[in-house]
Parts: sequence; C-alpha cells; structure tokens
Amino acid sequence: MSGINFLVTILKMRAPGMKLMRMPMFVWTTLVTNVLMIFAFPVLTVALLLITLDRYLGMHFFTNGLGGNMMMYTNLFWIWGHPEVYIVILPAFGIFSEVVATFSRKRLFGYTSLVYATVAIMVLSFCVWLHHFFTMGAGPNVNIAFGISTMLIAVPTGVKIFNWLFTMYRGRIRFTTPMYWTLAFISTFALGGMAGVLLSVPPADFVLHNSLFLIAHFHNMLIPGTLFGFFAGYAYWFPKAFGFPLSEKWGKRAFWCWLIGFYLAFIPLYILGFMGMPRRMQHYENPAWHPYLIVAAVGTAVISVGILCLMMQLFVSIRERHARRDMTGDPWDGRTLEWATASPPAVYNFAVIPVVQDVDAFWDMKERDVAYQQPTKYHDIRMPKSTAKGLLTGGFTFLFGFSMVWYIWWLAVLSALGIVFMVINRACDDNTEYVISAGEVEKIENERYRLLASAAANRAAEGV
Amino acid sequence: MATDVSTIDTIYSEGTEHSKIIEIQAFGFWIYLMTDLVLFSAIFASHAVLAHNYAAGPTGKDLFNLPYTFGETMVLLFSSATCGLAMLTLQKGRKAQVLLWLAITFFLGLGFIAMEIKEFYQMIQNGHGPEKSAFLSAFFTLVGTHGVHVTFGLIWMATMMGQAAIKGLTMPVRSRLVRFSMFWHFLDIIWIGIFTFVYLMGVM
Repeated sequence: MSGINFLVTILKMRAPGMKLMRMPMFVWTTLVTNVLMIFAFPVLTVALLLITLDRYLGMHFFTNGLGGNMMMYTNLFWIWGHPEVYIVILPAFGIFSEVVATFSRKRLFGYTSLVYATVAIMVLSFCVWLHHFFTMGAGPNVNIAFGISTMLIAVPTGVKIFNWLFTMYRGRIRFTTPMYWTLAFISTFALGGMAGVLLSVPPADFVLHNSLFLIAHFHNMLIPGTLFGFFAGYAYWFPKAFGFPLSEKWGKRAFWCWLIGFYLAFIPLYILGFMGMPRRMQHYENPAWHPYLIVAAVGTAVISVGILCLMMQLFVSIRERHARRDMTGDPWDGRTLEWATASPPAVYNFAVIPVVQDVDAFWDMKERDVAYQQPTKYHDIRMPKSTAKGLLTGGFTFLFGFSMVWYIWWLAVLSALGIVFMVINRACDDNTEYVISAGEVEKIENERYRLLASAAANRAAEGV
Repeated sequence: MATDVSTIDTIYSEGTEHSKIIEIQAFGFWIYLMTDLVLFSAIFASHAVLAHNYAAGPTGKDLFNLPYTFGETMVLLFSSATCGLAMLTLQKGRKAQVLLWLAITFFLGLGFIAMEIKEFYQMIQNGHGPEKSAFLSAFFTLVGTHGVHVTFGLIWMATMMGQAAIKGLTMPVRSRLVRFSMFWHFLDIIWIGIFTFVYLMGVM
C-alpha cells in the first residue's frame, strides 16, 4: 500500500519542470524500489497464505504427501525474496548517490546511465531467484540460465560503482561522516560483489552452498551496502529533519569501529567457508576453525563499540543542540531541493512550489541567484489531516496475526471485525484535508527569512 | 520569478484540482488492481503446478458440473453489466437509478456467492474437501480467494449504496463508485480466467 502511495506521488505529483530525468537519484531509486515492492510482495502474501492453509486447514500445497510440492514454497518465497534484497539496498544506493554528489561538489557522473542501471536492476532482479537454491536439482539448463542472469545483474551494479568513482574524480571532496560511510561502502561492496559473482557459477555454488562463504557474502553486501547507506543517510539528513547536525567526531569514531569490526568479523568467514564450515551450527569441534572464529568474535566486539559510539553521537548531539542549531536549512551546501527549505521544514514543505530547471535543482537556483528570493504573495495550502485510522487498522491487523499464531480464535474474530470496521470507517470519511491560510504561511515564511538573514549576518561577522 | 509564480497559479488552480485528484486516485487504484493481479497469478501458477496431483482422489472430470458453473459465470457477467449501467446513470447524476442498478448488481453478486458456497458445501459433504489432495487444495484456494474478493466487493457495495443514499452523489462518493466499478470488472476478468483454466481445462 505504501508502495502505491509513493509510486503515484512520484509519477503524478511532481513539481513543475521536474521531469523524470531531472529527479534526484534518491527519488529514482525510491521509485524503482516501490515498483519492486508492488510486484514482489503479493507473491510473499500468496506463499504465506498457502502455507497457512497447509498448517491450519490441512491442505497439501507444500506437504510431502497427497501431491504437495515442497520446492514450490522455496520458489514462491524467493520470487519475492530476491527482489526484496534490492528493495532493501536500492534506497541506500540512492543515498550514496546524493552524498557523493554533494560532498564532491559535482553533478553526479553519468546521471542517465545510473537511472538506466537502476531500472535494469529492477527488471533483472525478477530473473535470478533460482540462484538461492541451485542445489534443488532443477537440472543444468535451468541452473545455467539463472547463473547467467545472476552474473548479468553485476553489470548495472558495476556501472553504478564507476559512476560514483567518476563523480569523485576531480571533485572537491569534503570528508564528512556521510562521505566516510560512502567511501567504505564502495570498496567493501565491490569485494562482496565479486564473491557474489563467484557464487553465481552453479558448480562453485554446489561446493559453497550453505557454507559460511555464503554468509560472508551476503553480510558483505548488506552491511556496507544497506546499513552503511542508512548510516550515511542518517548523518546526511539528520540536520534537515531536526534542525541541528550530528557530532562529526563521534560519527567518525563509530565509522572506524564499524569498518574495522566488519572486516575482522566477516573476512574470516570467507576463509572458514573455504575450509568447509557450514552455516547455522549449534557447536563445532574442528580445532582448525577455532582461530578464525575468535577473530570474528573480536570483530563483533569492535562493532558493538561502534554501536555505542552511535548512541554517544546521538546523545552528545542532542545535548549540544542549541549550539549546533542550523539556521540556513542548507548545512552541507546541498544540490537538491530539500535543502531549500528550513530545517526542520514547515509542515507544508514548500510555501510556493519551486519550478525546476535542472537535475540538481537547488544548486542550479543558487548559481542563478534565485534560491533565496522571497515570493511576494502566498496562497492557502491544503494539507492532509492527521488521522489515527491507519494506526488503529494496523493495530487490529497485529492483533489478528498474533491471535492466529497462538490460536486465540475469539480475538481473531474480533480483530478481523475491527479491521473491516476501520476500513469502512475510513472509506466513508470525506474530510481528510485542512487548509493553512495564506496569512499563516506568510508568518511562518517571514520567520524563516528572518533566520536566514541572521545566519548570513553571523557568517559575515565571522568572516570579518 | 514573477512569471514562474503565475505558471504555478494556473497549474494549481481550484478548477483543475478536483479532476486531477480523482485521476490520481484512480491511477493509484489501477496499481492496486495490478498487485491483486500479481497475487492471483501466483495462485494460478500454484494451481497449474498442482492441477494434476490428484493423489488417487477425484479429478476435475468427476467433480465439476459445467452447466452449473456456466450459470454462475452468467450471473457474475450480468452483475458486471448492471454495474456498468450504474456507472452510466452516475454520469447523468440520477441518484435513484444508480441505487437501483447497484442493488441489482448486489443481488446478482450475492447469488454468485451463494452458488459458489453451495458447490463448495456439496463437494465437502461428498468427502472431497481441500485436505484430500493437492489438486483440491489448489482448487478451493484459487476459487475461494476470488470468492472472498467478491464478498468484500459486496460489503464495499453496501457501504457505497449507504453513502450514495445519505450523502447523495457528492464528489468523493462519485470517485469511490468509479473505483468500485473498476474492482468489480476486474473480478469478472479473474473469474473468466478461473472458468477457463480451472473448470473448462479441468474437465478436458
């Protein structure tokens, strides 16, 4: 449902002049992620529905007897599951793209090729699911087809890596925390990607299947890929959301702990995989594995220190929030439109919808010297009302799932009725919007321009 | 800058806004229908995998009563036609006729569900329930999922008849009725797939 919300918003409600090929990279990756969500999640719904029917009503979809087919569950699950890993990682790719461009003070290299690479990943991600179970016994031809499609998906991903590298080339790079995460991502992710191409060769996969090599591979993709991306995005957009930036000092400490800890924890797993250690062991008795596992354990300890540093960073930054207050709304000298608003932005985001003329719209406005012009008159703004209905519906859905899992039938019936009631209630609601009057908008915006002017005065004073 | 602001004025003026909102909502609903289509395709695919796994139990030939199912199909197709007539009268803004056609659609849909429940009930009574073989599991699930969709369609239709009767054919009510009719026609198309792949090919 949220996939539909985002998709329709991106496709139908863009600012004037914001052509598809002028959208920030993060919006593109979000768009593609939502297409993946829309197509992949119904299949998971079906897999869960069928296994529920098997368990609760004694049906035979995935059972071993009476004509059921166990591997069908694995197929259905991974038809969702593989697109899902791209659902997880593509938003992070978008974050890295924004961060690289901002902190290299350059336009993203090969914007168009990055867009096409993202769309290619969207299509290919539906054609590779079988590589999660080459050992099923589907036969060489099927395995080869999926092996090749898996290798193919490395191509658009490689394109992206080169785009980010060339964006930095001859840029004036500022080494901020988000940039640290991005640099670590590019190098570490490339390593994991190469391990992935190795796994995509079916004969190699037969040897490495279910070994720690696989575990090392996917952690190598998802920790630097997704987690580092979210950390980068967290540090990058935190000042936009809360009005003050996070502590760089603690951010960098957290970064070094995470990076060193990550390598200590997961590189030994590659070696252990080659030594034949399977995943999900309850205990082991092979002394040859022991030293590597100790190194990995030390790595996890270093990562825990990294987590502590992140908590410290949040704590210190909140404590110093008044000193850190950002008046401009644009602490990083940003390129995209979100930096044109105040930090934190007003509820309506933009008092007057900006007209977009370039890929990096805000940068372009700054260069044309029109970024901070105050409009002469404001209009009423229609805003969606806050409503608890979605939350309540979600609450009933949670209760329904909970009571189904624990066989609490009376609660299941009640919560199901609750869901239906909430949906009907929402479907009859005509007043979902309210209006902010032009006068109010003007008051908020005047305050914003006053802050901007004082920030400019401060900067000038510091300059002297 | 002054010219820029005036372009925005024309784009976001009140008059175009209503039709734009309806268009955006209909587009979102189209995408929802496509997700539902993906859901049904996954169940159709599961049915295709299991369609001949009878586990020494009855086959489609033994169980299906084609004339009965054909009657069921006709009831549903007619309900789609009457739903279309309701939309035509909606465009002319005739509230009483809209309600009449919706009521007929409702009873046809109810008849379809009743016929389906009777079919299921008889099969289970004769000892051919969904737990007897993978084929029967797939049959009950695919046909049943469609049935559940139709049932929710009936609840939605009842809600919309209430809204149209009380509020009249206001802008939000019209917009919702348009989306309801999209849903209803969509279920028709799914049923044609079920009739073809499950019933007709099942007795072959």
